[in-house]
Amino acid sequence: MGTRNYRRKTSHSEHGPGDGGRTGSWRVERPVLNKSLCIPCKRNTEACFICWLLCPDVVISRTIPPEIDLEYCKGCGICAEECPTKAITMVDEAKFSEDDKDKE
Amino acid sequence: MHIIENGNVAAALGVKLCHANVIAAYPITPQTPLTEKLSEYVEAGEMKAEYIPVESEHSALAVCIAASSAGARSFTATSANGLLYMHEQVQWAAGARLPLVMCVVNRAVGAPWNVWNDQQDSISQRDTGWMQIYCSDHQQIIDSVIKAYWLAEKVSIPIMVCYDGYILSHTYMPFDVPDQEKVDKFLPPFRPDYALNPEDPANLNTVTLPDVRMDVKGELAHGYMEIRYLLHEEMRTSLTVAAEGEKRFADIFGRGGDPYLEPYLCDDAQYVAVGLGSMTYQLRVAVDTLRKEGVKVGVMGVRFYRPFPDEAIANALKGKKCVIVYEKALSYGYEGALASDLKSALYEHLAGTGKLPVVQNFIAGIGGRDIKTDDLTQTLRAATKSRVSIQPVWIGLKI
Amino acid sequence: MNKEFIEIRWHGRGGQGAITAAKIVAGAAFVSGYSGVVMAPSFGTERRGAPVMTSLKLSREKIYDLSPIETPDIVVVLDHLLLAEADVTCGLKPGGVIVLNTPKAFESYKFKGYRLATADITAISVEAGLPHGMVNTGIIGTLAKATNLLGMDILIKGIEEEFRTRRPEKNSLAAKIAFEKTVVGG
Repeated sequence: MGTRNYRRKTSHSEHGPGDGGRTGSWRVERPVLNKSLCIPCKRNTEACFICWLLCPDVVISRTIPPEIDLEYCKGCGICAEECPTKAITMVDEAKFSEDDKDKE
Repeated sequence: MHIIENGNVAAALGVKLCHANVIAAYPITPQTPLTEKLSEYVEAGEMKAEYIPVESEHSALAVCIAASSAGARSFTATSANGLLYMHEQVQWAAGARLPLVMCVVNRAVGAPWNVWNDQQDSISQRDTGWMQIYCSDHQQIIDSVIKAYWLAEKVSIPIMVCYDGYILSHTYMPFDVPDQEKVDKFLPPFRPDYALNPEDPANLNTVTLPDVRMDVKGELAHGYMEIRYLLHEEMRTSLTVAAEGEKRFADIFGRGGDPYLEPYLCDDAQYVAVGLGSMTYQLRVAVDTLRKEGVKVGVMGVRFYRPFPDEAIANALKGKKCVIVYEKALSYGYEGALASDLKSALYEHLAGTGKLPVVQNFIAGIGGRDIKTDDLTQTLRAATKSRVSIQPVWIGLKI
Repeated sequence: MNKEFIEIRWHGRGGQGAITAAKIVAGAAFVSGYSGVVMAPSFGTERRGAPVMTSLKLSREKIYDLSPIETPDIVVVLDHLLLAEADVTCGLKPGGVIVLNTPKAFESYKFKGYRLATADITAISVEAGLPHGMVNTGIIGTLAKATNLLGMDILIKGIEEEFRTRRPEKNSLAAKIAFEKTVVGG
């Protein structure tokens, strides 16, 4: 059972999660959102969303509160760098669930 | 002195030993470490060379053409789309009869993008008038760079020294680094017939008419056709010059022998596998397995692809039952390039003699798909039993 | 293990130094009578932290087959977290050896049908005076203890030569301590 009937004859990559694998595993640091500093959260309005705009991997949602998809977030830190109220901080990944990292 | 290093370092050491004095540098996977190694040598003062980083491969070769025209021993390296980008200059360098040496670290060509090994890049340049040598291990890489400068400068024809990307470029194995003294003995300094010089100005490679004409000295100068004929004729006689060079190299360095072919167990073989580069060494394992089963099979690596050693190949394969050509490239719309050239050579020399073997063609490893030794063994075994197909068979295809 | 032809697969992360470690072992093997050595890294695009494999083949004769290792005799795992991300025992010959850098106890692992050698090389390297995370020299000591393949003296010499401008004694000390502290069994 091969690729003969694949719908394209060329290399044609379409948008959608997961084409690069589970890139969340690349993370060394994780973005953590402090809702009390986040503008859309405080005002309960669609405002700012600079983190959503600038995330290179589109893993932050344009919602109240913004949500970060940790399956794919690579931990680049651009959201933390650009947040105008410093609502996002980058925290060492090792501090999170030591348990589910140690799978055999 | 034996060291354990990768193929790119072997090539860089070869260039260093040859005292190349102009290096045009542009990176492309998987040759970049070669170019970077040369920059380290120049920076450390171990090489006295002008290291010229350029903005594209087309410029890299343009720099080499200019430098060589001015009498410098020049070098650049590239792969895949980089080689394709400089194609216009590739044709130019051959027509300009410049003794350039360029390492082509074989990689698949786009589209689509692929950084892994196959030989489509250099094979696609086989008609340009450059000589082409294919290396099967690091010893051959370093030795071929040295032999290439000698040969290129002897016959004024540029040479591509080709070796498999990643499989050889990034793999480490032991090889002997020749002594500088011996290399200096083998390879004299570059002394061209003419080098660009303000004292004796000239205009090189100008518009050349279809017909011959009288030059300013009253002598009959070549037309375009004569110039191109000379390139072809001298490429053919390079086969003999290469053999002389191989002998000189063997006398000084104690290794080498056949300049064109590298046979393994071919003498009494009824079936011979043929290929270019590292795959021919991998085929030795398949040959050994089949020999244990009583099959009289051998493998022959072709070292010079251009000029094509047609006579040597026909002599080596005369009377064999079947020749099985394994390739990592093809001429789209027909078949493997080496298979075509080989069939042509066999036909030229053996048609009507009753000693013309059947030829089968396998395509493998395109875009770096792993070539499993087991697949080589199975396909080789099948080919010795019957004609598998007239059209090339692609090994490991998952369509 | 057939000592005439040995295949070792190294599992590490990009930037962790698996290639350097394999190169040191290759060099030591070469001067110990293995005239055929071939060492190949993962081919392709690179990224710091990505799981990578390096293959090392050792033979008494020149090696002509450069294709990837399918049935290793030994696998070396530079970082125990890789056990979750890569199938490190894929193709490992029955009775093959797993060399593992882990802070966990030897007894906490169950690799049926294989021999296991563990050491906390991350901690040992720090003990030897190396920065945190430089485990590629320590692991050579564990490999030596687990397989008895090559003399420690030759490996130490190889380590000190490779690292001659970068803390050679600390690197060889990491290997020596790892050798002592490695637990082998199974």
